[in-house]
Amino acid sequence: MSSPRLMWRKSLNHVMLSLTGVAAFGVVSILFLILGYLMWNGGASLSWSFFTQLPKPVGEVGGGMANAIVGSLKLLLLAAVMGLPVGLLAGVYLAEFGGNTFSFIIRYTADLLNGVPSIVIGIFAYSIAVLPVKHFSTLAGGVALGIMVIPITVRSTEEFLRAVPGSLREAAMALGASKWKTIATVVLPAASGGILTGMLLALARVAGETAPLLFTAFSNRFWSQGWGQPIASLPVMIYTYAIAPYDDWHRQAWAAGLVLLGLVLLSNLGARYILARTKVV
Amino acid sequence: MEKTKTHASQHPLRLKISNLNFFYGPKQAVFGLSLDIPINRITALIGPSGCGKSTFLRTLNRMNETIRHTRVEGEVLLDGQDIHAMDVVGLRRRVGMVFQRPNPFPKSIYDNVAYGLRINGFSGRLDDLVEHSLRRAALWEEVKDYLKKSAFALSGGQQQRLCIARALAVDPEVLLLDEPCSALDPVTTAKIEELMFQLKDSCTMAIVTHNMQQAARASDFTAFMLDGKLIEHSETPKLFTTPSDPRTEAYITGRFG
Repeated sequence: MSSPRLMWRKSLNHVMLSLTGVAAFGVVSILFLILGYLMWNGGASLSWSFFTQLPKPVGEVGGGMANAIVGSLKLLLLAAVMGLPVGLLAGVYLAEFGGNTFSFIIRYTADLLNGVPSIVIGIFAYSIAVLPVKHFSTLAGGVALGIMVIPITVRSTEEFLRAVPGSLREAAMALGASKWKTIATVVLPAASGGILTGMLLALARVAGETAPLLFTAFSNRFWSQGWGQPIASLPVMIYTYAIAPYDDWHRQAWAAGLVLLGLVLLSNLGARYILARTKVV
Repeated sequence: MEKTKTHASQHPLRLKISNLNFFYGPKQAVFGLSLDIPINRITALIGPSGCGKSTFLRTLNRMNETIRHTRVEGEVLLDGQDIHAMDVVGLRRRVGMVFQRPNPFPKSIYDNVAYGLRINGFSGRLDDLVEHSLRRAALWEEVKDYLKKSAFALSGGQQQRLCIARALAVDPEVLLLDEPCSALDPVTTAKIEELMFQLKDSCTMAIVTHNMQQAARASDFTAFMLDGKLIEHSETPKLFTTPSDPRTEAYITGRFG
């Protein structure tokens, strides 16, 4: 009998199985470690005034980041307005009209754009939206985030549209619907839950971006004076506060981290909820 | 061939197909097919898998045009007009289609039936026409209290009748049925056949079927296809009792296919 060999194979099996288990456990524990640490430190510093007050001048304890919370929301709104329609339409093109060399190029470009480091996108936004007017602005931050939203939206829209069965398209066209009418009245509604989910996830993804905002939206210790002026955002505030030499600012940075994570988590949950409710496809 | 064709030709024709060739890229799927489809009769297309009967059926409402790299040659006349010269939207309104698997839209029962009317800009009383179409498809009594419910809540047979109602809503002259019962059980199949019989007064039908009993029961004329060619076409009782081509006989007696 090949008993030693069998023993060897069995023990190898055990070792490999344990290794994969340990790695999987590591992944989960890292996430929970971050979450727990954030809640421990951030939760203690979180107060009502964090949501309602402006940052206090250096040396004064207390204050909040109301301007940064509103700022992040305004930047995301801009990113949504600029990025989502382009991403949606390009995704429709790829899924419904693609299949040639041109669509291959678009798909490849979208993937490349998705891989471009966010700081590079920041430089680009800086050169087209900050340099010409010679000052930082909310709008420039929105441009940077909007560019980042596009490739994610393109690919998720395409995937969800492809999941719509071809028989539905045939049914609509057999009733005399044109291609565009078929897409607008049957295919898009059937995929709407998934597409919306993809969009929410894209926004959640860029909500935490810091680098492209550093030299586009910059930051602001007060309420922003309008779309053309610099604006505070949670990620940039975390960066500024975390490297500052004041203990009170460190506490505020933790709190801001927790709020940002809560925002992202909420949109993730919202996305899952929408997807679960519309499991048509 | 000429002798068998005269039977269908004695009736007034809805569709006249002459010398039709169809290609998927370089591969030819239909070869020089000529067929007459008489008004308000049911014409069945039978033949083994892959013989081109579905492909042929789909040329009649130009559905194959949605597939890339396909080409069609020959003439199809609908009430004397060449369908390839027509606006495709108008053609598909006049020539409806029911598919192999029920494919209701992920919408309510009502919206499914109303779909064709809405996209064609119909501006009359939708409610009446939806009810009328569902009655014609023998589905009204079963769904009249659930019109706002999702079409996916229906059984397979009900879904297929809903698809028929959806096709009937735009009041087509011709209804193409592409193996409409292949995904259904025998009882439901019988219902669909009964429905086809009722629709005969107002609608010309062409049905592709794998089921020879179904062709024998439900159709007035039967066309037998093999390898993309029309082998025999005659009145259904004649084709099934005294076929004139030995290949037809071999197929209907179950020696191949």
